[in-house]
Amino acid sequence: MEFGPHLILATLEGAVTAAVLALTAVGLSLVFGVMRVVNIAHGEFYMLGAVIAWYVAQMVGGHPALGFVAALVIAPLVVGALAAAADVTILKRIEYDPERTIVATIGLLYIIQQLTLMTYGPEARPVEAPFNTRVELPWFDWFETLFGMAQPWGWSITSYKLFVIFAAGAVLCGVWAMMARTKIGLLMRATQADRDMALAFGIPVERVYALVFGIGAGLAALGAVLIVPIQQAHYLMGVEPLLLAFIVVIIGGLGSLPGTVLAALFIGLSDGIISVFFSPTLAKILATLLVGLVLVFRPQGLFGTRTA
Amino acid sequence: MTKLIKGTSRRGALKTLAGAAAGAASLPLWARYAQAQSAEPIKIGFQQHSTGIGAAYGRWYGRTTEAAVKLINEGGGINGRMIEIIAEDDGTDPKRGAEVVEKFANQHGCDVGFGTLFSHVVIGSAPRAGELKLPYFVVSEGHHVASGMLNRYTLQPGITDVKSQVQAMAPYVSENLGKKVTMIFPDFAFGHDHRDFFSAAIKEQGGEVLEQIAIPPSETSFTKYFPQIPRDTEVLYHVMVGPAVLTFVKELGEFFGDQGPEIFGFIDSLEAVDISSPGLEFLEGTYFWEGMPRYAQEDQSEHEKFYREAVGVDENGASVSDPSDVSTYAHMFGCWETLHVIKAGMEASGYAGPEDRPALIEAVEAMGEMPESQAHPQGAKRFNGKTHQVFGHQHISRVENGRLVRVHTTSIDDTLYPDEVDYTTQPL
Repeated sequence: MEFGPHLILATLEGAVTAAVLALTAVGLSLVFGVMRVVNIAHGEFYMLGAVIAWYVAQMVGGHPALGFVAALVIAPLVVGALAAAADVTILKRIEYDPERTIVATIGLLYIIQQLTLMTYGPEARPVEAPFNTRVELPWFDWFETLFGMAQPWGWSITSYKLFVIFAAGAVLCGVWAMMARTKIGLLMRATQADRDMALAFGIPVERVYALVFGIGAGLAALGAVLIVPIQQAHYLMGVEPLLLAFIVVIIGGLGSLPGTVLAALFIGLSDGIISVFFSPTLAKILATLLVGLVLVFRPQGLFGTRTA
Repeated sequence: MTKLIKGTSRRGALKTLAGAAAGAASLPLWARYAQAQSAEPIKIGFQQHSTGIGAAYGRWYGRTTEAAVKLINEGGGINGRMIEIIAEDDGTDPKRGAEVVEKFANQHGCDVGFGTLFSHVVIGSAPRAGELKLPYFVVSEGHHVASGMLNRYTLQPGITDVKSQVQAMAPYVSENLGKKVTMIFPDFAFGHDHRDFFSAAIKEQGGEVLEQIAIPPSETSFTKYFPQIPRDTEVLYHVMVGPAVLTFVKELGEFFGDQGPEIFGFIDSLEAVDISSPGLEFLEGTYFWEGMPRYAQEDQSEHEKFYREAVGVDENGASVSDPSDVSTYAHMFGCWETLHVIKAGMEASGYAGPEDRPALIEAVEAMGEMPESQAHPQGAKRFNGKTHQVFGHQHISRVENGRLVRVHTTSIDDTLYPDEVDYTTQPL
């Protein structure tokens, strides 16, 4: 395939990865930023979102769009509620102690994964996309001596993949608006800045924490609902997003939302482009190498602020 | 002083002799139990991929095994003893696979190990089975058994290997589809067998492989690999395994649209997946290898019909109780046939307990022709005792109106290749 169409295909594929990754990583970053909790179970909330989406789509039936829209609403809410419950019953009891929360969320990871295996089973199951037409992209170029339009082999994307990119963008704008423009966002930022002072001002910190943990998990679940018509719901699918989300959060700067989104774009696009032109393994190697470099030269991340 | 025992009278001696003769006459009746020493069940350790990337196969390997064991037990078991299956999940993981083999030998006291599919699990487990001297009957497809990589305790009597499959089908591909091939395969032992042996086979047909695209078995998205397919590809050869197979085939269709080369795939890329799934319409007119045709063909044999019913699979290859639960029909017959080989081997060797394991191995090694029968519903087979590998017929099917219709069957002779090992020279 010619270089131009090749590059655009790689970029579009990368953009889909980046979109879902941004949602997942922003959830992780939000939880760390406000609560200082490193949520190892984040990938499992992602997986739960996909699995619940399958259940919902099965139950609703009818046109695939109905099931998908229902899943888009229900899955993040259910996962968010579960996460909030986990916060109140587990994380609160161990007083958000950094080491103990890591161990607790590792435990949570295994509990969620095994419960899913026991109920949903080990199969990968698809959710039908609400719409999925193949969009063939024309390419303009010089052919011998005349300039014209052609449709290179394999150069296409589906309407659903384009939708994922825009939907993720819209949700991220929503998260930004919530943090910057609403009262609950203000409370979150106050809690993030100084927990004790926030408490002194009468902010219900514990409720804010439960809410943030729920929103973080809900964002991961939303990312999974968007991806499940492209890939399939499987009980082990949370492993890779967790790893990638950590890579993104470390590069972007812990707790920095703009940093996370930019890093997700960077990692997603580079994954797409390097995978197409070289090999997907090389893309993973470079991403991991970048994490190492960031940790050595700028431990707080590219957009993070140095604490203490 | 020792007391003199009353001497044996002539009459007494005759009586004893007569008794012994009478006893000897009835030998066949009780000898079975004297030899078996008990009516305890024969324990077959079933290494099952219940979880992990092989779960869909594991589920159907389990159902097929259950059906075969039910049939064998109803027919009186093996040497008058019932079969008991001890299933352990190996998580489709080589390390866990080796541990499971140890459990079979040391904890459960199994007579033999059986069942595993994924080649990396076979390769991880076989050395331990050899060390523990536990006969290990695998239902994989890798060339690792016949290549001599494993040991005398590992046998593959129920399913053919990749080398013979691709060698038998390369002529059909080059004559009917094209000579310039691009291959897409999973990046582990099973996929490497395809890469090496199909490349060699197509070269022999005067064709060439333009590009080999290896994909990690845990990959979840595939479009990024497809631009590597060269424009002048005439045939795309694909084989994928694992939970993401549907995504793989769907994205392949989205990539090519109505353009694209001829497509020849291994049904592995679609095992346990419904061909009428949305997004798979482009498969119409493409070709697949099938170990055993998923859709009931017009000339389905009575043995296959019996087998299909016993395992609970309908005419379309799905579960009779749930049409959306599609089977791994092209592979799972291997469990049924292997269990019948174990039965035949144990009966031929008069297997009574673990001390007879070497005799069992020798008995199976001595098997040659296996005619098509209820025990071999996929078709006749020929077992090579030296390489521990069975050879059989291969099927090529074409997707027509959303069904797989068989268009070609290879002969057993097409699948043969020179021996690469002689396991019978290794000590037992």
